[in-house]
Amino acid sequence: MATAEAVAGGAAHGHHEELSFVRKYIFSTDHKIIGIQFLFTCLVFLAVGGLLAMMIRWQLGFPGQPLPGAGVLGEARAPGGIILPEFYNSLVTMHGTFMIFFAIMPLLVGVYANYLIPLKLGAPDMAFPTLNMMSFWVFVASGVVMLASLFVTGGAAGAGWTVYAPLSAVPDYTGVYLGQQLWVVSIVLFGASSLLGSVNYITTVINMRAPGMTLFRMPLSIWALFITAILALLAVPVLAGAVIMLLFDQTIGTTFFLPADGGQPLLWQHLFWFFGHPEVYILILPAMGIVSDVIANGSRKPIFGYHSMVFAIIAIAFLGWIVWGHHMFQSGMNPLLGTSFMISTMAIAVPSAIKVFNWLGTMWRGNIQFHTPMLNAVGFVALFTIGGLSGIFMASNTVDVFIHDTYFIVAHIHYVLFGGSLFGIFAAIYFWFPKMFGRMMNETWGKIHFALTFILYNLVFFPMHILGMGGHMRRIYDPTEYEFLQRFQGMNEFITVSAFLLFVAQIPFLVNFFWSLFRGEKAGENPWHDNGLEWTTPSPPPHGNFATAPTVYHGPYEFSHPEAEEDFLPQNQPLGGG
Amino acid sequence: MEIAHHPPTATGLDNRKLGFWTFIGSETLFFGSLISTYMVYKGAAVTGPYPHEVLNIPVTSVSTFVLLTSSLAMVLALNAVQRGSRAGTLTWLLATAIGGLIFLGFQAYEFTTFVHEGLTIQTNVFGSAFYVLTGFHGAHVSVGVLWLLTLAALTAMGKIGREDSLKVEIAGLYWHFVDVVWIVIFTLIYLIP
Repeated sequence: MATAEAVAGGAAHGHHEELSFVRKYIFSTDHKIIGIQFLFTCLVFLAVGGLLAMMIRWQLGFPGQPLPGAGVLGEARAPGGIILPEFYNSLVTMHGTFMIFFAIMPLLVGVYANYLIPLKLGAPDMAFPTLNMMSFWVFVASGVVMLASLFVTGGAAGAGWTVYAPLSAVPDYTGVYLGQQLWVVSIVLFGASSLLGSVNYITTVINMRAPGMTLFRMPLSIWALFITAILALLAVPVLAGAVIMLLFDQTIGTTFFLPADGGQPLLWQHLFWFFGHPEVYILILPAMGIVSDVIANGSRKPIFGYHSMVFAIIAIAFLGWIVWGHHMFQSGMNPLLGTSFMISTMAIAVPSAIKVFNWLGTMWRGNIQFHTPMLNAVGFVALFTIGGLSGIFMASNTVDVFIHDTYFIVAHIHYVLFGGSLFGIFAAIYFWFPKMFGRMMNETWGKIHFALTFILYNLVFFPMHILGMGGHMRRIYDPTEYEFLQRFQGMNEFITVSAFLLFVAQIPFLVNFFWSLFRGEKAGENPWHDNGLEWTTPSPPPHGNFATAPTVYHGPYEFSHPEAEEDFLPQNQPLGGG
Repeated sequence: MEIAHHPPTATGLDNRKLGFWTFIGSETLFFGSLISTYMVYKGAAVTGPYPHEVLNIPVTSVSTFVLLTSSLAMVLALNAVQRGSRAGTLTWLLATAIGGLIFLGFQAYEFTTFVHEGLTIQTNVFGSAFYVLTGFHGAHVSVGVLWLLTLAALTAMGKIGREDSLKVEIAGLYWHFVDVVWIVIFTLIYLIP
């Protein structure tokens, strides 16, 4: 097998022949290059998702008014710049789709599982470098199909990112034909990419650890990515099975989800959320792991309760499999079943709280360094806590009767996915940028970006809780059509203006990112004085990562050890030796 | 041999074997989604033909027997390659593939018979769930047959020897997995009334 040869070639021999440009940077099998490829690709998708969100916000803030510049979208979408209801449905669907499948998930898993797992474990590369390359290119194909669906006749998928049947199964209901089918094709490709990635990550973590790197010496970021890979390995195929059946309903006339012929829309919801809830943890667990690494570094203290952090990750992942019904409290499911889902959902608060208190315990009396990654990590803890607390409201099936399908839910998911995951991603980008590219990002601009994002983020999403309590439905085209929502129009305008500012506040980040790529201050091996094995390599690390395989002597969080000379102790240095 | 010395692993297991087991874990959940769909729709069809009208248990029992026997041939193929017997490897790989082909022939016969009796994939939820589940299983058997024939061709050309037994072992893992899935499908669709 080619993969085995590649492993043998990459690892056993110290020398590396010069590779051509195409093999080195395009069809690369080097996990670091693949991670960087994912980073650039996903930042593009993140921008696409953001642009779609801006159009949604325009319509909600200023319904029926022409969006400046939107005339280019064409008569079928926004005649004269006024967003049509069908196009609005596509906007909502594709915003969710791009953010979840093509931005947040691959930014965490595609970028950082690829980049960090071999480096942090002391391995020369992934277990299957060729599969890893295929995983990236299948992902690109999947993203291109999804992007293309925005431009086909009839528009992109419009049944929501949860593609509930029968709305998604019968093209006449949404007026979307090819777009909905391309959505399914793209997701199947995405599933294949995710499968290739997961097989690789799991095998690498189990099998490719350097001598001395026991499981309980692994950094929490690696633990989180490992458990996430297991979740993705087992959850994504269920989605694949479900969307294949949906595609057959759409195209060849099966009746899986069509009630007239004995099919059950509820089955779609069960299958979708059986994937969808583990997916929620796929989106947050890696960010939790990254934040744990960054907070220990920024506090110059060992992580508080390392083992409890590991078991909390495992507990969250396990409980994540038995709570999918809490998305379906109002679907007509058996109420007794709803109660059991409520109890299992509430139980997740326990490991989540363990993590939050451990982060606080880590910072407590630490010698805190507020560098940009640390600011974003602390921002994560604050916003994830708010998102976690609002989650408890909707986990209660009686409360959920009032708030389901309202902006309260929209506020919750954005506190967890934007306030949580995306702040975690920003922490990761700022933290590992010097390792990836050999240069530091500008700290001042990084702090300005953090402050603006943090403030504007809250101005956008906190008022949504109030809208939701007032009964403002999610995914509606024009709130001013409803008399009881008219008093909220001022708040909707405020959110829209804040959202535009939030979008603009990402420009300092982008400029900083690209400026630092070429002009940033040169980073040494270990600019953050961290303990992970990746910081014992040059920045950026060479092909094959380590000149000699490292030996690991202790865990990754030995900061401020009283017997160490400095306030950090890399994992490959024994105490007192070195 | 150049290929033999891949780097030692933390567990001592070969990466390819471990990776393939994780892949099988994923496949299990894929079939899980299709099987649970079939179970949800058991008895839910509002129009005929109904399962008891079309399913031919004796015929499918024969094809099931052939498929399960091919797993024995697969074990013997692995045993032969580990002993370094090229003739034995070739024989048993081909025997396994032929078992798979016979199973696929039975499935083609079964599908055409059903269509003649009025059960298509569009007819009712039973038809939809039946064809998609058994069809995906058949597709997996087809992939397995192609894989086995490729290995057989490589063996005939002398390119698979004792040191490559892992390649046969992994194909065997796949083949046994596909068989196990069929045992579940056969029990749930054909045997349980």
